[in-house]
Formats: sequence, structure tokens, C-alpha cells
Amino acid sequence: MLVSLNWLKQYVDISDHEPNELAELITKTGIEVESVASIAENITGVVVGFVEACSPHPNADKLSVCQVNTGQETYQIVCGAPNIASGQKVAVALPDTTLPGNFKIKQTELRGVTSNGMICSLQELGVAEKDVPKAFVDGIFVFPDDVETGANACKLLNLDDVILELGLTPNRSDCLSMIGVAYEVAAILDQDFKPEAPRVSTKEESAADRIQVQVEDPEANPYYGAFVIDNINVAPSPLWMRNRLTAAGIRPINNVVDITNYVLLEYGQPLHAFDYDRFGSKEVVVLRAQDQETITTLDGQERTLNADHLLITNGKEPMALAGVMGGADTEVQEDTTTILLESAYFAPSIVRQSSKDHGLRSESSIRFEKGVDPNRVKQAGMKACELLQTYAGGQVIDGAAEFDHLDRSERTVQVELTHVNNRLGTHLQEDEIEHILRRLQFQFEKDGDLYTVSVPTRRGDIELFEDMLEEFARLHGYDQLPYTLPGGAAQAGGLTLYQQLKRNVKTYFEGAGLDETITYSLTTESRSDQLVSPDVRARGDHPVRLSMPMSEEHSHLRLSMLPEMLASLTYNVARKQHDLAYFELGSVFINDEATLSKQPYEQLRAAGAITGKWNSHDWQQENKPVDFFVVKGIIEGLEDLLDITLNYEQAKLPDMHPGRTAVISYKNETIGFVGQIHPNLQAELDLKETFVFDLNAEALIANYEKEETFQTIPRYPSVSRDIALVVDESAAASHIAATIFATGRPLIRDVRVFDVYQGEHLPEGKKSLAFNLLYLDPNRTLKDKEVEEAHQRILEAVKGEHQAELRS
Amino acid sequence: MKERLLELKEEALRKVEEAEDTKSLQDIRVSYLGKKGPITEMLRGMGKLSAEERPVIGQLANDVREEIANALDAKMKKLEDIALERRMAEETIDVTLPGRPVEVGGPHLLTSILEEIEDLFIGMGFEIKEGPEVETDYYNFEALNLPKGHPARDMQDSFYITEELLLRTHTSPVQARTMGAKDGSEPVKMICPGKVYRRDTDDATHSHQFTQVEGLLVDENVRMSDLKGVLNKFAKQMFGSDREIRLRPSFFPFTEPSVEMDISCKMCNGAGCSVCKGTGWIEILGAGMVHPNVLRMAGYDPETYSGFAFGMGPERIAMLKYGIDDIRHFYTNDIRFLKQYHKV
Repeated sequence: MLVSLNWLKQYVDISDHEPNELAELITKTGIEVESVASIAENITGVVVGFVEACSPHPNADKLSVCQVNTGQETYQIVCGAPNIASGQKVAVALPDTTLPGNFKIKQTELRGVTSNGMICSLQELGVAEKDVPKAFVDGIFVFPDDVETGANACKLLNLDDVILELGLTPNRSDCLSMIGVAYEVAAILDQDFKPEAPRVSTKEESAADRIQVQVEDPEANPYYGAFVIDNINVAPSPLWMRNRLTAAGIRPINNVVDITNYVLLEYGQPLHAFDYDRFGSKEVVVLRAQDQETITTLDGQERTLNADHLLITNGKEPMALAGVMGGADTEVQEDTTTILLESAYFAPSIVRQSSKDHGLRSESSIRFEKGVDPNRVKQAGMKACELLQTYAGGQVIDGAAEFDHLDRSERTVQVELTHVNNRLGTHLQEDEIEHILRRLQFQFEKDGDLYTVSVPTRRGDIELFEDMLEEFARLHGYDQLPYTLPGGAAQAGGLTLYQQLKRNVKTYFEGAGLDETITYSLTTESRSDQLVSPDVRARGDHPVRLSMPMSEEHSHLRLSMLPEMLASLTYNVARKQHDLAYFELGSVFINDEATLSKQPYEQLRAAGAITGKWNSHDWQQENKPVDFFVVKGIIEGLEDLLDITLNYEQAKLPDMHPGRTAVISYKNETIGFVGQIHPNLQAELDLKETFVFDLNAEALIANYEKEETFQTIPRYPSVSRDIALVVDESAAASHIAATIFATGRPLIRDVRVFDVYQGEHLPEGKKSLAFNLLYLDPNRTLKDKEVEEAHQRILEAVKGEHQAELRS
Repeated sequence: MKERLLELKEEALRKVEEAEDTKSLQDIRVSYLGKKGPITEMLRGMGKLSAEERPVIGQLANDVREEIANALDAKMKKLEDIALERRMAEETIDVTLPGRPVEVGGPHLLTSILEEIEDLFIGMGFEIKEGPEVETDYYNFEALNLPKGHPARDMQDSFYITEELLLRTHTSPVQARTMGAKDGSEPVKMICPGKVYRRDTDDATHSHQFTQVEGLLVDENVRMSDLKGVLNKFAKQMFGSDREIRLRPSFFPFTEPSVEMDISCKMCNGAGCSVCKGTGWIEILGAGMVHPNVLRMAGYDPETYSGFAFGMGPERIAMLKYGIDDIRHFYTNDIRFLKQYHKV
């Protein structure tokens, strides 16, 4: 809503407040003022000039040479506007005037003819082109004849006005009218305000003789008032009215249309003027449209309707889409002489539906959708009659033909003073509460501590005690509210173990050299199904699809974070950032249904991707690209952090390198995978060797058990032994280590691979694995003989289970 | 004999003095002090001496031996020191060369901001609650006083999956779920951080996915001044103790009264500048007293219980705090962006 301060001044005295200060007050108390703007700032030296003579320029086809009288003097001015003519009153910028855009007017010579100033168009004076009446868009502005020559043109054109742009929240539709804004500002400034009642003198004839009103759906249209005005002379509306429309961002058209728009702005009540003679009958019938019925609206569009849409008809044909837009057939035209004026209450829901279905949001529909003031509907119609009578020569027929089932009663809300203070934390006294109610112009009855407040119908947003609480709070001033802290039982805030571990896991990854990313949960259809961990796939592999995606880029919920993470690697590599190590903790959305009937299972997972160099130290010529064991090492570190043991098995997975991928399990359940992405995928993504992992973080964290124990530091020395075993090259080191460990128990404490060799001195197809074994008995010093025995048992076991030979 | 001993001493000491390496010192030690050395030999011949002379010469011989041994030890120590100095000189490095890098990663800026907010409210006794990102229509809207057909829940703003399921448009459903689980009697004091989704085209100021932190306190006798007090504490800790806050009226379907909180602009200290669009204030969050319908739907009696709620966007807070000009930076994962926010 754009509010002209020049207009507002007519209702409320705002002379004590600078525009910015007023805006601040309104913002703090009621409605956010989004901007404060002057139409055209501080132009002086533009006056009304009378064009005494106008002749073609001797040397230029498109220019005219004018003699313009500004009251004291006559100036010769060259003008290029096509609509210039002698006898006009125009806006003249005299030399030394500065127009918007820092455009300085000087005496000049145009094709050999002296020009002492400029005759201005509205655009040159700073009016937005969309607000300029069509007749003046391509030329200069022409004043009505009754303005005084020499007068200040900017003032006449309201260019000294300041416009406040209100950012209305959905509940404050009462301020979609100047009267509503005046009530609000009067309450803020503690002033009186009463709108004047319209004054109409009428012809004896009764409107009911000229038009009948019939409403078939009273719920959708509880009030319909039809006024008839004869003897209309369609012409431009008065300058002051045009100015106010322009200030509100509405383009002036003609007096009839301008008057309906003016009343819409003043009362917040949309009106519609039909050409009575083109209406085609003497009855207005309001009903719901039939399926497939059509109407051509004012904008020339043919619209197909259904029973959700309310129509104004003449009993046979549709004349208007109720509350949204009039029909083309009954539009007021130059030759219109009699008007049928509609002032009605249409239910918000039906207008919202029409407006949405037809993509038509107009100044009218916006107001009906929010609900107009029932007590102002007829008033607005009468105000329009008054203006038509005054400014369009209209003769108003007595009364209105009406259908009236409208509830105009005021809501009451009970307010207890102590309750107000308890909820706000204030110590308001009776007189303060009553003062606020009087500022709001809300009537009330008092019974001890209890107030029964009658809420005027213009404030449809106030229904509950809490709504009144807001009125008290804002008018008392949020600045006045004390700062207190909540009482009640103290609660120790804190992270749950799960939340704490989530943070610990993140911190661990960061310490291990990975940067945290946050990628989109919505991805493409193909990415949503890529690099999905086998455990996720087993649980449900139907990626969730949005019913109406905005784009294919973000149409499906992810089953893995990796595809979007890899896309961000590609993004970085394309920007010459080659060494990247990323991780993310986030949800994937697991769904096992072809058609979703319940919420998908959201599982917290940890994923990572590393590409490029891992270790690099240039001057020592160290430059190692990332490899499988870097990533595996990071996961093993996580095992230590969470005190768990994971198991890794060679695996073949889609889009992964078949020889460099392991599936990871925990307590015999698959929980993720680690490995190199397939060279084809690498090539497709323009990446060098890239290693990834994806783990069910939820399972790892949720199973965490914090052991609050202490283990005695061993007092006896351990014994270390190395063995080198020759095995098949396909043998898994972890399996052999497991055999060693199982066989060597309880003395064996640790088994560690320290060398892997293949090549010279070994038979084809064989490799050597060297292990370091650590023996310990916490209660005594081990004897060589015991260790030797254990060692022998181990050698036999690995030979039996893995055909491993001691390397000689 | 005495002269011979003194002569030997002088000779040995001179040789020690002249020796240039440890090998020569070893030789001197063997030749003078060894079993076949001249001093030992002389001592063996002491039997020929008189009883008076014997102890005198014996004493002298021992003194001479000791003196030579001491000289040898001293010289040996000196030579070792010299050798060590030389070795260390050879080991000298250019300490200005770069060290071996320790690559440490870091958190995403949004995580840092979220954890800062979380810790701040934990300090005020709030719990952290989380909930699903795919929500039911009931929890996302209905339980929050947004019944079906309410204009504020326009289909255009949400990503629906089915008629009843959608990506949550705010983290408020977590509040509704938490309250709903409490049986209408226990107090609630929680914040809920998380990802939310809206039908917005991604540009510098819009993102179809973003983060929210919402807070809720429900108890007997919660006052609006408590909301103001808590928000003030939050704002001062988050943005600096010299920031002022102001509340101004606003509208949200799930709170009544509803307010928006502004903080005084840091750039101009409230005087008005381009950052605060001349107002001196910057909008930070929305808040209000929990709407009685929301309380009722969660099983709380609005006559006995009241509460406040607030919600904020960590992206916006981060953008204001660091002067970041484009919300898309948070989701592009450009390493040059991420690395900027790894410092403590």
C-alpha cells in the first residue's frame, strides 16, 4: 500500500512529524514502512505557462516555436512535443531550473531559434511512465484550463508529496484503505479521526424501478448494492484526484474509472461501474458459473469458468467475474451516459479461488480476498455517487437496489487487566488500558477488572484475547516492555550423547584433514540413484520424487550425498582447485515404496570424497596423490574414536573401481563402503583418481557405549616377534591377521602388517606379508618358551588355513 | 730416578698438548701409562731404592701418572667438543624453509554459526531437538494454526511429495512434535536447528534449501517480557554487547502477538547507512507469543500455559556478520569459500 502524505494530511494532523520520523513511528507501533520516497524532490522554478502562440519551427519539421506567458513575462520556447498547441496551459521549466536526473535547464538555441526554457512532460518532472495518463505519455502534460497562469506547477501536480510504502502483513488488510491508515496513524499519534459521511442529493426516481438485484448464493455474496447514475459525462477527472491516484501508483483513465479507483483507495472497497445501457437487462443476477461457461473480461481475454467462480449476470449472460474483473461488453466508454454502480461484499474464499484460477490479482481481488469492512460497503457506493455527481455531471437515482444478508455486528473480546499484565510482563494501569482503547476507537464496557471490548468491523483481524494483547503491547510500545528472564523450573540445557558424538565425528574428520561441505538434499533423478551404499539399497531404493519439482536439477531426494559432493569437486577442479578432501554429515531419504504412503526413513550418514594430492611438500620433492589407504586410514581413525571394529571386504559396486572397493560392515551388518570411483565416472566428471566413502553414521553413533573404566597400565614387558609369510597374491591380509590373533590368544595383544612384497625371489602368483606380533601377560613376565609355543601354533594355523609358508 | 720421572712427565704433557686427534691421545696413554710404559717399568725397579727413597719416589710416580691421565682426559674432552661443534656446523639447515604441512580441515560456516547459536541457548537452559525433513502436512501446517485452505500456506511456497507429505518449510514442526509428546503438562524449553525447503528460484538472496533455528519456551506464566529478555541476551552475545534490540509488530499464524526483532546496525551504529537502508536497524528474526490454537492442538491449556517462540536464519546471520553477498556460496562448496571460515 502506497500512502500519500498529502492525502493523509486531510484526515490526520501530521505536521509535527518529519516523514522519516512518522515512518519510524508507524514501523515501531504497527506496520513496517518499507520505504519513504518523494515523487520529485525539491524542484523549484517550474510554473504554469499559457501558450499564447504556437507556430512551426522554420528549420525543423518536428519542432514548434511557442510564445509562453508565465504571468509576468512571455518567453519564446522551442518545443518538440506533438501535442503542443496554442491556448494550452503547460508546465514550463524556466532557465536555471534543475529537473530530476540533475538535468539543468539553460537558455539555448535550437536550429537557429532561441529557446528560453522547456515545456515539460510528466516523465521529465519525475513521474513514472506507468502512472502517466495515456493521453500525455508521448507528449507534454496539459493542465485543465482553470489553473492559474504562473502558479507553482509542481505543487499543482502534487510533486511535493512524500509516499510511504507500507509492507502490510496479512492480518492488517484494514490498512489497504486511506481511512484505515488514518485510523491507525490517529491511534499512533493519539488524535481524533472520523471519516466524513458522503453527501448525495438524489433524483426522486427510485433505483429499484430501474434495476432489480437477485443473489443465488448469499454465502458467497451476502451484500450487493446497485446504484444508478444518469446523465454521466465521461471526461478526465479533476487534477487533484488524478494526482492522488498517481501517488498511489494507479494510472488515471477517466472520471468514472478514476472515481471507482479513488473510492477503492479511500474506503478499501472495490466498486465496479457497468454501462447501464449496455447491461442488457434490468436485473442483476449473482450466481455461480456453469462448467465450461465463458466470459470475455476487460483485458480482452476469454476465460473458461466453473462452479468455483461467482458471476454477475444480467439474468442471461455473464457481465463480470465477481470481485475480480468486469466483462468487456459493459465497460464504461466515451459515450456512456448512465452507470450501474456495484458496491458488494464478496466472500474472501470465492474471490481467492477465482483470482488464483485465472491468474488475476487486481487491486479489487486483493481487498476482497482479505475481507472488506461490512460497515463500509454501502458507504463507499454512496461516496462514489457523490463524486460522480460532483465531477462527472451525474444525477443519482434515489436509494440502491440491494440484496442484504450481511452481518454487520461487532465482535466482542473480553480482556482482564491482570491477565494482560501477566502475559506481557507489564504493570499497566486501568487508565492506560482505557487510553489505548480510546486511541483505537474501540468501545468498551467495564466490570471491575474485566473489559468487554467491541471491535469495529474494520479490524477483522481481532478475534481473541491474544489479538487485543497485541494491540495493547504495540500501542503501549514494545520499547516500554521490560527485559525479564523466564522463571519456572530450571532445566540444565545440553547436548544429548547422540548430538555430542555427531559434533565429535565432525571434529574428527576435520582434524583428519577433511573440509565439511553442505550439499543440496534435492538432486537429479539420475544422481539420486547413484553411488548408493548397498545397505541403503537393501532397505529401500525408490528415490523420493517431488510432485511438482521446480527443475529437474532438484527433483529427487538423495539416497547418497556422494553425487552432489562429486559435482562440487568437479566445480572446484574446473576452477583450478585440484586437491580436495570433503566430508559431510547429513540425511538420506530411504523409501521402500513405489508410491509413498508414509514419511521416508531419514538416516544420518557420513560421506567423504578426496581427490588430488594428499601429501605434498614441494621442496622435499614429496607429492603423493590420495590412495585407497589414505581414506581407509581415516575410517580406521573413526573406529578408534568410537571404540568399534569395522570389517572390510573386497566388493564390486556400480560406478566403483572393481579392484579398489571394500564394503564395510559392523557387527556383521553392512554399513557402508569405501573405494575409488570407477575410471569411467572419473572421466565423466573430469576428475583424477578420486576416493570416496559412505557410512551409516547413525548406526555407529547410536551403538556407541561409553565405557567408564580404567585398565591397569601393564607392569611387565611385552615381547615382540616378526614373521614373514609367503601366501597367494589373492590372500586377504586381514583374514590372515585374524587367524594369527585367534590362534595366539590370550597372550597375543596386537598383530600389525609392516611389509608387503611381491616380485623377485618369490614364486609367480605369490606375495610376502610381514607381521609384527606383540605378546603380553599383564600379570607376569613371559617366558621365551611360552612365546615360542604360541608362535609355533600360529605358524601351523596360518599354514592350515591360508597355505602360508614361513618366508626363508 | 726422580729426574727421570719429571722428565717423562714433561715429555708426556708436551705430547698431549701437541696431540690433534683422539687416536694420538690413545697412543700416548698406552705408551706412558700402559703396562709396558716407562713409569710402570720404573716402579718395578723401585726395589733397588733405599727404604727412605721408596715411598717418596712411589708417591711421585703416582702423582706423575695422575697428572698425565688428567691431562689426557682434559684433552680428550676438548677434542670431542671440537668434533661435535664441527658436526653441528655441518648439520646447519635453513630454518626459513617451509615446514612439513599438517593439513587440517574445518567446519562449514553454517555449522559454526549453528553451533554458536546452539551453545548460546544451551547456556540459557535450552535443549536441542531435531526432526524429520520430510514432514506431514499436519505437523508442518495444521498443528501450527495453518489449517487447509489458509492463504499463508500457498502451494507455491512448498515442495509437496504427496498430498500429505512435503519437505518442511520451517523447523516449527519439531516444536509441535516436541510439545505433542509432552502430554500437555511438562514445560518445554528447546531450540530446533535444521534444513528447510521452499519453492524459491536460487539467486543471490533466495535458496530453495536453507537453514533455520527456531526456539520455543512453554511453561506456566511465560511473559512477553521474557521473550524480550532472552532475545536481548542472544543478540548481545551473538552480535556484540554494544548492539541494541528493538521489537516491532509483525504477523505469523502461529504466534500472537507477533514481532520482528531488529538489532542496531553495526556499520553505522544506528545512524543509518546503506547496509541498514538508512533505518539504523537490521532485521534478525521473527518471534511472538505462542498462539493459543497451537498450544491447544498440542494438548496444552492456554489458560494455564503460555509460551514464546522465535525463528531465525543462520544464512542471513552469517551474511550480515561477514558481509557475504550471495546465499549460493553456502551450497556451492567452493574450497576458496570454505577455507575462509576455518579459523577459530
